[in-house]
Amino acid sequence: MKRREFLQKGAIAVAGVAIATSGAAAVSFAASWTAELKAFSEHEGETLLKMVREIFPHDRLADSYYIKVVHDLDQEAQATPASAQMMHDGIAQLDAGGAKKFAARSSAEQVAGLKRIETTPFFQKVRGIELVSLYNNPAVWKRFGYPGASYPFGGYLHHGFNDLKWLPDPPASASPKAS
Amino acid sequence: MARFDSGDDSVVVIIGSGAGGGTLANELTQKGLKVVLLEAGQRQSSATFHNDEWFAFNQLAWLDKRTTSGSWRVAKDFPNLPAWICKTVGGTTVHWAGASLRLQEHEFKAKTNYSNITGANLLDWPIGLADLAPYYAKAEDKMGVTRTNDIPGLPGNNNFKVMYNGATRVGYKTVHTGRMAINSRPRDDRSSCWQLGFCFQGCKSGAKWSTLYTEIPKAEATGKLDLRPQSQALQILADKNGKATGVLYADANGQHNVQKARIVCVACNSIESPRLLLNSATSTYSSGLANSSGQVGKNYMRHTTGSVFAIFKKPVHMYRGTVMAGIIQDESGLDTSRGFAGGFEMETISLGLPFTAAFLNPGAWGRDYAGMLDQHNNMAGMWIVGEDMPQESNAVTLNPTEKDQFGLPIPNVHYDDHPNDLAMRAYGYKRGAAVYDAVGAIRTIETPPYPSTHNLGTCRMSESPRDGVCNKWGQTHDLKNLFISDGSQFTTSAGENPTLTIVTLAIRQADYIAGECAKKNL
Ligand SMILES: Cc1cc2nc3c(=O)[nH]c(=O)nc-3n(C[C@H](O)[C@H](O)[C@H](O)COP(=O)(O)OP(=O)(O)OC[C@H]3O[C@@H](n4cnc5c(N)ncnc54)[C@H](O)[C@@H]3O)c2cc1C
Ligand code: SF4
Repeated sequence: MKRREFLQKGAIAVAGVAIATSGAAAVSFAASWTAELKAFSEHEGETLLKMVREIFPHDRLADSYYIKVVHDLDQEAQATPASAQMMHDGIAQLDAGGAKKFAARSSAEQVAGLKRIETTPFFQKVRGIELVSLYNNPAVWKRFGYPGASYPFGGYLHHGFNDLKWLPDPPASASPKAS
Repeated sequence: MARFDSGDDSVVVIIGSGAGGGTLANELTQKGLKVVLLEAGQRQSSATFHNDEWFAFNQLAWLDKRTTSGSWRVAKDFPNLPAWICKTVGGTTVHWAGASLRLQEHEFKAKTNYSNITGANLLDWPIGLADLAPYYAKAEDKMGVTRTNDIPGLPGNNNFKVMYNGATRVGYKTVHTGRMAINSRPRDDRSSCWQLGFCFQGCKSGAKWSTLYTEIPKAEATGKLDLRPQSQALQILADKNGKATGVLYADANGQHNVQKARIVCVACNSIESPRLLLNSATSTYSSGLANSSGQVGKNYMRHTTGSVFAIFKKPVHMYRGTVMAGIIQDESGLDTSRGFAGGFEMETISLGLPFTAAFLNPGAWGRDYAGMLDQHNNMAGMWIVGEDMPQESNAVTLNPTEKDQFGLPIPNVHYDDHPNDLAMRAYGYKRGAAVYDAVGAIRTIETPPYPSTHNLGTCRMSESPRDGVCNKWGQTHDLKNLFISDGSQFTTSAGENPTLTIVTLAIRQADYIAGECAKKNL
């Protein structure tokens, strides 16, 4: 199977790449995080960071979670020259879209800039990789209170599968007791 | 486990080990027939499953490239993933949620009962509920369907509690935890449900019926089953006299082999089954095998689907426990005053955070979307599944240019929603939102269809050989010893989840095949 070719085309399948690469992120949270990027300059790294924050902005998440996304984009760029080129060009296009460089603009201006390019392959590639890199990260799950696997604790049968208290319990005819 | 010689032309070759093929293999071997079961995917087990949405998707799903066309939204959101189905031993019964409903009497006669619907290629099934009733009973017993055979219903989870309260407040009457092929108590040497909440990822407790750990090991125990995983059928071979003679397949090493056969049964799910028949064209069968009607690949159906998610002030934790934890059945009947023919079921659904982000509104981004995901713990969800109209132009065809790893044309899946489908979906969204509004939803979200989990109709059953591909036994009109054994047989889609009916048809087909073999007709 031409795995790479497939992975580049399907929105979902982008996940495969991101899964394969997300393990790599022993992210340093130091200010100099961009120094670890291989495919991108410091400026490009900072631009991508602003971009991925605005794509899925969660106030509860510190920059470190988004920096991991940029590292995954870096991995993709290293693995696929065509992707690297697309991202270099896309960043340049974002910068050219206003008086100030993209990273220096206000949040509202950044969103407007992204809106203008949302149908481009560049935007979709970044969004697709971020979708998995961000939401498939167990550290992010923790911040959302999503537990992930339930098998290690034996499932929810004895861990609150029916603990909702703000509505009455259905009658046993509709919802029998666990037997 | 048996191993039969490739030249042994007394074996039945079944292609695909999912709901249809896996069941048929067990039924036939129990009757003493020798079966070679070719399966493209690898064999997993409860031990190798992971409670992880993306991992399981990559482990189990059919990821070979497919293309799409048509106005359905899936073609835009997932251009190379028209369907969400499995490539693994057990087929999509590894992913499935377990909802097991019988079709209703009137649904077998859609052409008769729905009057003329413009653009719909409707046809009555050549069988009715009375033909299937005894086999439905066997299937329900085999699969351990709750609320049948004195098996109690499953206990409802939080997601169901929200559905139940909303549904009863808007006046719905038939609301319960469903008929599920999931053990509510230990049965058939499998444990009861632990409410893991990862039914789509392969059930780690084995509580959910799957051919992987029910039918297939039982068939192996007969000593009559030769299961060949990682063996993808490339072509069905046939002679000039209308007889299938064997199957060409590629094994795990990419080696091509021919397995001779007395009977060939195709159960590759409704995209690969017609693709295989079309790719089996020869000078004798120039438009593909079993295709004298021209209907192979046509009338592709996927059910009219959509989901409604709702956000509440307080937590729901919808992902705790069975994914399809309950059902509202009041909309499943025929009532054209709603503005459409056919009916639909409303069933709870839940997604973990990773899949919620991917599917809630594919392609969406920005503060509003992220804000919805922030509320993941406070979400409840339901899936709408209803009858869609067969249309001749909705079809699985061979892509004219793109080839797969074996050099064979990949399938293209074309689908346009019929106006009846659109009307049903719009109505379903409204009713779903009403259920959640009745219990104080602060926001409801209309989620578009996922890649097709139900794929039907591409080799449909028909009374007349002109109208379809196979007869009421799934036997192709053109080749006596070639059978269709999966959901592609469906003449129309009906409003219910299809698997119970696929299993029922397979049990019935096995009786017919064994009978015909005994009479030396096959
Ligand atoms: C997430 C999800 C949830 C679902 N929930 C429900 C539910 O609650 N209730 C319900 O009724 N249905 C449900 N379904 C649908 C159900 O899984 C399918 O209807 C059913 O499994 C289809 O059976 P089948 O035999 O037609 O095909 P499958 O079960 O898909 O089996 C086909 C098999 O054929 C193999 N194959 C394909 N081509 C070849 C080839 N050329 N050579 C060899 N092998 C091949 C495939 O690898 C696969 O293993 C769900 C599906 C999904 C994805
Ligand atoms: S919820 Fe029940 S059926 Fe679903 S995976 Fe868990 S144990 Fe299996």
